[in-house]
Amino acid sequence: MDKVDKMDRADKMGNLDKVHKMGNLDEIERIELAVVGGGPAGLAAAVKAAELGLESIVLFERDNFLGGQLVKQTHQFFGSKDQYAGTRGIDIAEELTDKVRKEAAIEVKTGAVVQGYYEDAVIGYLEDERFQKVKPEKTIIATGAAEKMLSFPNNDLPGIYGAGAVQTLMNQYGILPGEEILMIGAGNIGLIVTYQLLQAGVKVKAVVEATDKIGGYAVHATKIRRAGIPILTKHTIKEARGDSKVEEAVICQLDENWNIIPGTEEILEIDTICLAVGLTPKIDLALQAGCQMAYVPELGGDVPVRDEDLEMTEENIYIAGDAGGIEEATAAILEGELAAINAVRAISGGGSDLEAVYAEVSEKLADLRRGPVGEEIRSGLKKARGDENAGRDRYSRQRRYSK
Amino acid sequence: MLEETGIPDRDDIQNNLPDEERLKEGPVAIFECYQEIPCDPCYYSCPLGAIEEFEDINNLPELDFDKCTGCAQCVANCPGLAIFVIDYTYSEDEGVIRLPYEYTPLPEVDEQVIALDHSGEEVGPGRIVKVVNNENQDKTAVIWLAVEKEKLVTVRHFKRMEESSDG
Ligand SMILES: Cc1cc2nc3c(=O)[nH]c(=O)nc-3n(C[C@H](O)[C@H](O)[C@H](O)COP(=O)(O)OP(=O)(O)OC[C@H]3O[C@@H](n4cnc5c(N)ncnc54)[C@H](O)[C@@H]3O)c2cc1C
Ligand code: SF4
Ligand code: SF4
Repeated sequence: MDKVDKMDRADKMGNLDKVHKMGNLDEIERIELAVVGGGPAGLAAAVKAAELGLESIVLFERDNFLGGQLVKQTHQFFGSKDQYAGTRGIDIAEELTDKVRKEAAIEVKTGAVVQGYYEDAVIGYLEDERFQKVKPEKTIIATGAAEKMLSFPNNDLPGIYGAGAVQTLMNQYGILPGEEILMIGAGNIGLIVTYQLLQAGVKVKAVVEATDKIGGYAVHATKIRRAGIPILTKHTIKEARGDSKVEEAVICQLDENWNIIPGTEEILEIDTICLAVGLTPKIDLALQAGCQMAYVPELGGDVPVRDEDLEMTEENIYIAGDAGGIEEATAAILEGELAAINAVRAISGGGSDLEAVYAEVSEKLADLRRGPVGEEIRSGLKKARGDENAGRDRYSRQRRYSK
Repeated sequence: MLEETGIPDRDDIQNNLPDEERLKEGPVAIFECYQEIPCDPCYYSCPLGAIEEFEDINNLPELDFDKCTGCAQCVANCPGLAIFVIDYTYSEDEGVIRLPYEYTPLPEVDEQVIALDHSGEEVGPGRIVKVVNNENQDKTAVIWLAVEKEKLVTVRHFKRMEESSDG
C-alpha cells in the first residue's frame, strides 16, 4: 500500500527517474542465465553461454574458489585430447577459470550457496551471510556429486575419512591424513586416491573391493599394483577397532552372495581408513525445484529426469555434469556446453550458427560414450530420459522451440 | 587376472612385443593398455605418426613398430602410465627400460635401485642411466633403468634402496 502510494505521488510529480529507482528497491534483479556450481560443468556452461552472446550470466559457487572436483585432481586426465586429456585436473580448472574471468558477461559469485529455486523462477542464495534473490530466464544446475558412506562397526572413529576429504587435506592443504592407510573401494576414485597417497609418501596397506572385479580403469590399477599395493577383490571391511581413534581394521573375504566367509578375517594395523565407495548426484536443488527424479543405479542413484537437451521436468531448468549422473570431467564439460547452447537457443530463438555448435558438441559427447565403458552411461541415460516409458507427464510439457 | 588383481596376464604382456628382429634394431615402445577406455593422448603425442589414428576414442592404441623409434615422447603423455620403451641394444648384457615416474624426489643417474615387476615384486638390481624431466612432460619424468636383458619383459617399476632399508 505504502509503496504504491509513494510511487503514485512520485509519478504525479513527474519525477520519472525517482519512480524507477523506487520501483527497483523491491524488484528482484533479472538475468538471462544462472549457473549453479563452479565445477567443470558449470564453468564450461557459463563460458559457452557468454561466447554465444548472452550478456547477463551469474555463476554461483559455494566454495571460495572455482574448479569443483578438478581442484583436487593432481593426476593427468583421460578423455579426449580436445577436452584436456593428458592434462592434470588442477590445470584444467585453472584454464576454465581463466576463460570465465575473461568474459565480461559472467558475474562470478564465490562463497555463494544457492538455497532454493522458487516459484516464478526465482533463485535464493546466501552470500556474505545475507539471503538474496535473482530471477534468471534460464538456470543450469551443475552442483556435482556427494560421496556415499559405508556402514560397519565403529565407522565413526576418528581417522576414517571419505576419499574427498583425504584429497582435500592432501592436495589442497598439503596435510597427510595418516601414515598407514586402508583404502575401501577399487573404483577410479579409490585407485587414484591410493596413487596420490603413495606419491605423498603414505603407506597404503591394501585396497579392498567387495565385487569380484576392479571397477576403475585397469591402467590406474596396474600403476598401484606395480608399486606393490595389493588390490583385494571380493574383500570388505568387517569392522574398525580402536579406542580414541582407528588403530586396526578387520578385513575379510566375501563369497558370491556377498556373505563373509568365516575364518578369512585378517587384522591390518592402520591409522587411517579411506572410503571410496562411490558418488551419488547432488540433487537437492533440482528436487526442491520440483523436478521429477528417477532411480538409475548406472548414474549413481536418484537422478533428475531430463530430455535430450538436458532440460528437466520443470521448465527452464537444465542439469549438467555429475549432478545429473556420475560420469567424468570431459562429459561434464560437454554437458555444461550443451545445456548452455540449449538455454541460449531457447532465449534467442536459435539460428544456424547455434545449430552447428549444437551438432558439434553433441557429436563429441556421443563419441565419448560410444565404447564399452560408456555402456553403463548410455543405458543409464536412456532411463533418465524416460526413453523406456515415453508418454509420461513430462512429455506433455510445451516445448518452446523445435529442433 | 588383470580385472581381479591389477596384474596383466603374461600372454598379454608378451603379445605387446614386436618380433625379435625389431627388438634387435633398437628401442621400441610397448603399450600395456588392455582395456577400451575413452582416451587418446598417446596418438597426439607421437611426433612420428607411429600410433594409428583412433577411429573411435575408445579403441586400443595400435603401434606401427617400424615407424616407432623409441623416442619415449608418448611415455610421459599417457595418463595411464601404460607405455614403456624397451631397448635390448644398450650393452652386451644389459637392456634399458624407459618408464614413466611420478614420485619425488627423482632418482639420480648411476643410482642403484631395486627393479620391480608388474605386481611390485622385487626382481633384482637395476641402475638409473638417465632421468628425463622436461617442461613439456608436465611432471611425469621418464627414467632410463638398466637391468639384465632377460628382465626387460618383466620390469616395470623400481624402488629406491633407502625405501627398502627403512622397511
Ligand atoms: C578422485 C577423482 C578422480 C577423478 N579423475 C577423473 C579423470 O581422470 N578424468 C575425468 O574426466 N574425470 C575425473 N574425475 C571426475 C571429475 O572430477 C568429475 O566428473 C567432475 O568434476 C564433475 O564436474 P561437475 O562440474 O559436474 O561437478 P563438480 O566438479 O563436483 O562441481 C560442482 C560444484 O558445484 C558446487 N555446488 C554444489 N552445490 C552448490 C550450491 N547449492 N550452490 C553453489 N555451488 C554449489 C560445488 O561446490 C562444486 O564446486 C575424478 C573425480 C574424482 C573424485
Ligand atoms: S616412442 Fe616415440 S615414436 Fe614410438 S610411439 Fe612413442 S612417441 Fe611415437
Ligand atoms: S594414452 Fe595411454 S591409456 Fe590412453 S589410450 Fe594411449 S596408451 Fe592407452
